[in-house]
Amino acid sequence: MKKLRLSIASVAIGLLTLSGCGQGGTPDAPAEGDGAQAEAPEYTVNDSADFKDSKTWKAAKDAGELKVGVKYDQPGLGNVKAGSEQPEGFDIEIAKMVAAQLGFSPDQIKYTETVSANREPFLQQGNIDMVVATYTINDERKKVVDFAGPYYVAGQDLLVAEDSDIAGPDDLDGKKVCSVDGSTPAQNIEEKYTKAELVAYDTYSKCVTDLQSGSVDAVTTDDAILRGYAKQYEGEFKVVGQPFTEEPYGVGLPKGDDAMRDAVNDALQKGMDDGDWKKAFEYTLGSADDVEMPEIDRY
Amino acid sequence: MDFPQLLEMFLSGIWGTVKLFTVALIGALILGTILAGMRVSPTPVLRIAASTYINVVRNTPLTLVMFFCAFGLPFLDIRFGSTSSFNSFIYATLALTAYTACFVAETLKSGISTIPVGQAEAARAVGLTFGQTLSQVVLPQAFRTVIPPLGSVIIALLKNTSIASAFNNRELISAMRNAIEVRGDLVIPLLFGTALAYLILALILGRVFDYLERKLVILR
Repeated sequence: MKKLRLSIASVAIGLLTLSGCGQGGTPDAPAEGDGAQAEAPEYTVNDSADFKDSKTWKAAKDAGELKVGVKYDQPGLGNVKAGSEQPEGFDIEIAKMVAAQLGFSPDQIKYTETVSANREPFLQQGNIDMVVATYTINDERKKVVDFAGPYYVAGQDLLVAEDSDIAGPDDLDGKKVCSVDGSTPAQNIEEKYTKAELVAYDTYSKCVTDLQSGSVDAVTTDDAILRGYAKQYEGEFKVVGQPFTEEPYGVGLPKGDDAMRDAVNDALQKGMDDGDWKKAFEYTLGSADDVEMPEIDRY
Repeated sequence: MDFPQLLEMFLSGIWGTVKLFTVALIGALILGTILAGMRVSPTPVLRIAASTYINVVRNTPLTLVMFFCAFGLPFLDIRFGSTSSFNSFIYATLALTAYTACFVAETLKSGISTIPVGQAEAARAVGLTFGQTLSQVVLPQAFRTVIPPLGSVIIALLKNTSIASAFNNRELISAMRNAIEVRGDLVIPLLFGTALAYLILALILGRVFDYLERKLVILR
């Protein structure tokens, strides 16, 4: 009797799990167009790199690895695909590009997942040497960490269904807009577009699920992240293309290591000058024709 | 964003948590009592139904239960109210109620089994029905016996409300995320602040249960 009860219970749990996953799990990404895919860029490792003035660089060099904090859940920027262990995306390419200039080959980079709540503590405690994780430069954060860059200026945009007639943030009145709970884009919607109804989950993939099922009318965050989703769900979603904020992405570094900051700034500048930046962009986010390279801010 | 604004943000988060907790608590106590009653009832169908439900839901992670409520129910076209924030609140309440009720029921059942069988037999001898026996003789004593473990279940419910933030609910964790996003320089103090807020809420609950225990508990 006990056994029977147990097995009934487990079957029921299985059904529950299935129904839960069918709705909420990230659906399989459609195969990406093979022809359009750009070559993976390769970066020349600068073997003569020497930044002994930088405590961070010296420690990393001695250890033989550069610890980089990245995001794992943003397609196109910093994303770990199901079944894969290595993250990939524009942030990752930037990390590789900078690391190469600092004298670290790609296999000497150790990636750590950083979410919004642990970026600053990890840098302060020295758990990681730099953060390349859609990290917007702002004054409050500058109090505790340093920023090199920006390496890209994103803007908040909208992801909508292919046949949607939403053309910009002013069309959001009375519409349901999804974003990640606590994120800057979510706060912008709450403060500036008060007539829109905000739906906030903990990950963008739940938002995308809701957009697919029609439970929300738009997903909002920085355009670079949305480009990633639009690419993943080609023909289903589109990015509106009317960015309404400016989010300069910087490389987060431990506070006070000016030599390191200069080195990273130089590395970014060099990458933009010699075309590596453009290759990295095209490899991960698609055509860079209408994308401007940002100006490095050496504050 | 300076201190008064942060405090305001946290207070609205605490209000969200308290709201979710209170509604789910009432629901869980009612549903839990019904389930406990079903488990000790003389009808086999009711007993099996209750224990199946309890075994399934209690052994499913709460996140999964909430996932089912937040994404499965709308899929089945079960919606409440017009705004999605109200909908999410109801979904989260349903999930918390469904989950906590199992633990309430199990706790109550253990209270019921401390009551000597003689009492139920005596109740039946004087002509009370099963419902009357349960509601007038057994349950009042069972509740008073299980006040301390019930307190733990209810404190667990308070902490479980934090999962609702992942499903479009405005509460403490949600407020903390908002605060961290704007004040990256204060991450550790903000984490401590959130922990402190939960601690205060739980301590208040603990005091209430200490008081109830002193006043009501039956020592055997």
